[in-house]
Amino acid sequence: MPGHDLSGQFFLIMKPPELIPHLFRTEFQKITAVLCNRFGFDIIEFAEDIASETFLAAQESWPYKGLPENPAAWLHTVARHKALNHLRRSKLFRDKVSPTLAAGFTEAVVPDIDWSPGNIRDSQLRMMFAICEPSIPADAQVALALRILCGFGIEEIAAAFLTNKETINKRLSRGKGKLRQANLQFDVLTIVEINQRIEPVLTVLYLIFNEGYQSESNDEVVRSSLCAEAMRLCYQLVELEATNLPIVHALYSLMCFQASRLGARRSREGEIILYRDQDTSLWDRQLISKGGYHLNLAAQGKHLSTYHLEAGIAFWHTIKEDSLNKWENILHLFNQLLQIRYSPVAALNRSYALSKVKGNQVAILETEKLGLKDNQYYHALLGELYKEIDPVKSRSYFETALELAKTSTAKDTFRSHIERLNP
Amino acid sequence: MDEFLLIMRHEDGTKIASPEQMETWMKQTMDWIGSIAAQNKFVGGTGLPFSEARVVQSDKLVTDGPFGDIKETIGGFMHVKAESLDEAVAFAKGCPVLQGEGNTVEVRKISKKDGTH
Repeated sequence: MPGHDLSGQFFLIMKPPELIPHLFRTEFQKITAVLCNRFGFDIIEFAEDIASETFLAAQESWPYKGLPENPAAWLHTVARHKALNHLRRSKLFRDKVSPTLAAGFTEAVVPDIDWSPGNIRDSQLRMMFAICEPSIPADAQVALALRILCGFGIEEIAAAFLTNKETINKRLSRGKGKLRQANLQFDVLTIVEINQRIEPVLTVLYLIFNEGYQSESNDEVVRSSLCAEAMRLCYQLVELEATNLPIVHALYSLMCFQASRLGARRSREGEIILYRDQDTSLWDRQLISKGGYHLNLAAQGKHLSTYHLEAGIAFWHTIKEDSLNKWENILHLFNQLLQIRYSPVAALNRSYALSKVKGNQVAILETEKLGLKDNQYYHALLGELYKEIDPVKSRSYFETALELAKTSTAKDTFRSHIERLNP
Repeated sequence: MDEFLLIMRHEDGTKIASPEQMETWMKQTMDWIGSIAAQNKFVGGTGLPFSEARVVQSDKLVTDGPFGDIKETIGGFMHVKAESLDEAVAFAKGCPVLQGEGNTVEVRKISKKDGTH
């Protein structure tokens, strides 16, 4: 798909990619998805093992024999042989696969596995919808998507969620258990299945993107790959006729607008740079116009989703110049968003927009009503709003924010606010 | 946490606002609702248009509503969560409808489904 591979843009802000880890990550998802698609979603752990063993074989062989001419094809061939060897020996094969291959299976007749780009894409799409099985909890859906659709390692997933490997492993095995129980037969995705599951699918993509965008994890590579992967998967939905829906365009548009600022949001030291202090020359204009294009397509439906509202908010943020019109629009969109889906982040952002429209005094009164005293950003916002009005109070709010902060990124950010306050 | 209904009444629903007034009023209403929603206390609610309204009398006689004989009419309602009646009243005080002289906001507790009220 020339011209549609967004991942390349993120490499600009990633450390130089190492070929083999990248290849392993992209091929891991393909091998797992294709094998599951071929033999059923209940063999998911088996498929993962095959993918891992395949990479092990590559690690053993490539350093001595050199990189094969077509590394991906090499991996596919090895994965196919490994899968069939294992399957032949296992009970799984006798019970499940053998009957489907007819009786005449011999060494000589190795059933083919379709590695064509079309089948890989279809397999991944089906996997995306399979993971969003309603009985699987949302956090496990996200972990499964990262592992199986994005090829993330357990440690990378743990780093992204600021948690440990054990927690992620638990989530994954719980999720896979449910996936096996559901025993889905998604040979072809029907319109009904798509409509039933499109919202949970989008939720997973939204969560992955946000994890990358808002994560306080200091691992830059993980953060930008989370965003890039969410966008890649969302774009697959945009491209497929059956899922080319206004709500999908809305989410994709939101991702484009937000991602346009990724390169400007962190200093070299990893500190978060506030929106108003960002160097706009680092904003990605191409992604902003792409966002606009998809926001227009999103406007064709009748249903106003939270993604539409958030994309609208993100759109206004791509206009750097402050104006009353800009902030009134943002405030209006937050008013609507909060009615559909409350979140502390949205409530705090609404207060900030309110300060731009009606002044800090009004915003302070409104913020104090939010009942978010345990939230570090509640205190940081009040610190910000009090800066001019009462520097002593401002300092005290930032100090509370600092006490509540859990990550070094957040702590550094609040500390530098305090340092910049006039003594 | 209890739930309350804020019922907005207009003294004269036939008054026509200018487009400018209308716009200001809409912004104020959105900000009012947004403020309640930002506290995670908005449940639902809507304005009730004065067009396409009828009143059915006890003898099943249908009249043009909502403002036939009585001028005072319901302009909308808001369903909120609140810690107390006082908090619900505080929400009601912010309602832009009250800028119109003679308009009222009635605050009513919604009975709980467990029969305890």
